[in-house]
Amino acid sequence: MPKLTIDGDEIEVPVGTTILQACEHAGIEIPHFCFHERLNIAGNCRMCLVEVERSPKPIASCAMPVADGMVVHTNSEKAVKARKGVMEFLLINHPLDCPICDQGGECDLQDQAMAYGFDRGRFEENKRAVRDKDFGPLVATHMTRCIHCTRCIRFLTEIAGVQELGATGRGENMEITTYIEHALGSELSGNIIDLCPVGALTSKPYAFIARPWELMKTESVDVFDAVGSNIRVDTRGGQVLRVLPRINEAVNEEWISDKTRFAIDGLRRRRLDRPYAGRRGARVEIDWSEALDTVADRLRRVPAERIAAIAGDLCDAESMFALKELMVGLSAPSLDCRQDGAKLDPQCRAGYLFNTTIAGIEEADACLLIGTNPRWEAPLINARLRKRHLQGGFSIAAVGPRLDLSFPVELLGEGGDTLGALAAGEHSWCERLRAAKKPMLVVGQGALARRDGGQVLAMARAIAETHRLVRDDWNGFNVLHHAAARVGGLDLGFVPGPGGLDVAAIIEGCRSGRIELLYLLGADETDIDDFGSAFVVYQGHHGDRGAARADVILPGAAYTEKDGTYINTEGRVQLGRRATFPPGDAREDWKIVRALSGLLGRPLPYDSLGELRHRLRAAYPTFAAVDRVGPAPWGEFGRAGPVDPAPFTYPIADFYRTDPISRASITMAECSDVFLVHHGELPAWTGTRG
Amino acid sequence: MNTPGPSPVFEQPESFEFTPENRKLAEAHIAKYPPGRQASAVLPLLHLAQVQSGGWLPKAAMDYVAQMLGMAPIRVYEVGTFYTMFNLRPVGRYLLQVCTTTPCWLRGSDDVVAACERKLGIAMGETTADGLFTLVEVECLGACVNAPVLQVNNDFYEDLNGPATEKLLDALRAGNPPPPGSVIGRQASAPITGRTTLTGLPAKPAADRSRRNRKRT
Repeated sequence: MPKLTIDGDEIEVPVGTTILQACEHAGIEIPHFCFHERLNIAGNCRMCLVEVERSPKPIASCAMPVADGMVVHTNSEKAVKARKGVMEFLLINHPLDCPICDQGGECDLQDQAMAYGFDRGRFEENKRAVRDKDFGPLVATHMTRCIHCTRCIRFLTEIAGVQELGATGRGENMEITTYIEHALGSELSGNIIDLCPVGALTSKPYAFIARPWELMKTESVDVFDAVGSNIRVDTRGGQVLRVLPRINEAVNEEWISDKTRFAIDGLRRRRLDRPYAGRRGARVEIDWSEALDTVADRLRRVPAERIAAIAGDLCDAESMFALKELMVGLSAPSLDCRQDGAKLDPQCRAGYLFNTTIAGIEEADACLLIGTNPRWEAPLINARLRKRHLQGGFSIAAVGPRLDLSFPVELLGEGGDTLGALAAGEHSWCERLRAAKKPMLVVGQGALARRDGGQVLAMARAIAETHRLVRDDWNGFNVLHHAAARVGGLDLGFVPGPGGLDVAAIIEGCRSGRIELLYLLGADETDIDDFGSAFVVYQGHHGDRGAARADVILPGAAYTEKDGTYINTEGRVQLGRRATFPPGDAREDWKIVRALSGLLGRPLPYDSLGELRHRLRAAYPTFAAVDRVGPAPWGEFGRAGPVDPAPFTYPIADFYRTDPISRASITMAECSDVFLVHHGELPAWTGTRG
Repeated sequence: MNTPGPSPVFEQPESFEFTPENRKLAEAHIAKYPPGRQASAVLPLLHLAQVQSGGWLPKAAMDYVAQMLGMAPIRVYEVGTFYTMFNLRPVGRYLLQVCTTTPCWLRGSDDVVAACERKLGIAMGETTADGLFTLVEVECLGACVNAPVLQVNNDFYEDLNGPATEKLLDALRAGNPPPPGSVIGRQASAPITGRTTLTGLPAKPAADRSRRNRKRT
């Protein structure tokens, strides 16, 4: 390991470390713009110049590997003068519009100009001005502010895998552009806003809304997919103004999807802010006591086997646990959290988790995707797969309809017949699985949410077992969820009890009259036309499909308005935290269920979230291991039998509108219009968007 | 010439395809590079495309080259816009590139520019209405010894001044371009006053170099 001296201190770092990294290791911060540890080194901003002894010129530390015996001065007169020179050149063409710039207050250039800026300009000539580009509904551009660090180009090319942005022209005429103007077609495009060290790329929906120092910052967890991206929710005066990623190497690194970032305007629209009674057309506002009395009255009168409950995709574990305990107390066995009808087996935890873990993808050397489109179901898992692909030696194949994952995928077939051949070891691709040291497969909900989902699951297990995907040191069997609540619901057993009905049977029961009371806990993805004459209680936060059909509406809290536990697709327990209060009369969901249990004369044994969590963790110890993933024991799951050869379908037709919040978001509707309708992937809108 | 983005004042052709001969040349260029490195052939291919399109590079041609080399279109746009010798908008039949860098400027390139502008009635960067001439200003063409120099398409015309430039333009307009090189008739970069050395044959073979040198001093 090379030994070098930085500012008089000797330090030893691994071979291949750059001077900049070595300095950071030694606790010395080197100013920089273009360098980013997750992107390729460009070395074009020149801000990170340091003085190295016996070198005639200052050296760009981000691009220079350390060598034994190097003597580096990061703060010598020569280094500081060089940086001041660079800063003066950068500021020649950078407009002095900080007061109207959205980056103001969190701008790298602004901060570093405080240290290296010159107090007056010496440049008398004309400044350059650059036409702004149209990058679509998410990213606003102010290209005159651009300092050409090329981080955005490198991010889209390397990590998002869409080669759409480039630098055209040269010298003073260089511009960051798509050349032929079009919106950036990536579901990770919002990250270039965070990457931009100046105010050239800013958030369009957040334009001129707030200054960073006015915001209250709450660290939380995302619920728009089952990745559980770590986020920071920025609020002011009770409104969620923006969502930014938090670094978690094991989950989302430091990226988030565009839905996570931009669907938050949906939190302000179509909200259920007071209880309602009556079907659509005859709906009236009521107060809480009346609403709860009505529901309690019904629950008391309807026989337990005629009561059913479905939990939705965004529910926190606490509210599902409370509702489950309420239902169990009433001896009502028909509950289900798999509202898409996926035939997941709650008995074996390894059978519904992403066992390889997201970070574990980087160790795999072969991957088989079954009925899943990770780019839309979990964009950040797709980004990991792409990262692994770029490292080389990774063969990846898919069973399902045509896919564009931003990296090449071998399509083996569309449906169940191919799966049978793979399980039997007869398919030619089995050679790859056999040759791989750490093979993995990913089963998506598209393959499981069909009539023969149980058989597909069993067949996937057979593939895993015959090709040694599951060993003591490696578990290559993965189920990819796209609902944040799903693993939590399965872990706490929000599934049919003895003699209970599952989702399909509950809906069938509603139609036939076997189910008289249906309790929807934020469940909006089921087909509401099929509820027959059942009395529907909807508890949730948005006036979406479920609320449209409900007889009583109990207004709950969205994910930013409550403390909640979520388990991501890997089985990682994470805590979401309350950033604002629910609007109007809406309440935290577990409290609503607790109040209802009191009216029914069988109060749940907790009066605070702490007590609830204590009981939840006592009953299901999984929930106590926050931020950890442990291996799940392998076992039997799935249902033996033949698989229908029909092609799989992917569960998400419109990435930007998958849940009540994103369906209420104007930004997401625009994205859907720009990215999907115009590309012919979705039919054009007719009528209003409500 | 290279303002980014296609300008709206002219029409971009809908499609582009190499002629069979050019396709063969392109394949020869691609074959020079190892498999998987075919993107290295982007410059010669763009040049072929520019020649075939009549001196400029339409967007469709860049897309075609991108597709041929398996590159993302934006990567080809980056190359096409970087080099000033790729013209991204149509040019006249004669592309007049006046060098105005220091040696040419000292030797009177301003007169050449003025003559072009006056004679053709266009300013720098413009094309005549008849589509015959496009006038652009370029940096050093490397013919400083014969300054000032004007490049017409692929040919250099050297030792120009105002009247000579006008005469050249007339000849071009008439469709009979004069032979390239110095317009004052000097050979290559020989002295303007005629030969100053090797003016005659040596009297007799020089047997002793050192003695001859002594004689000259």
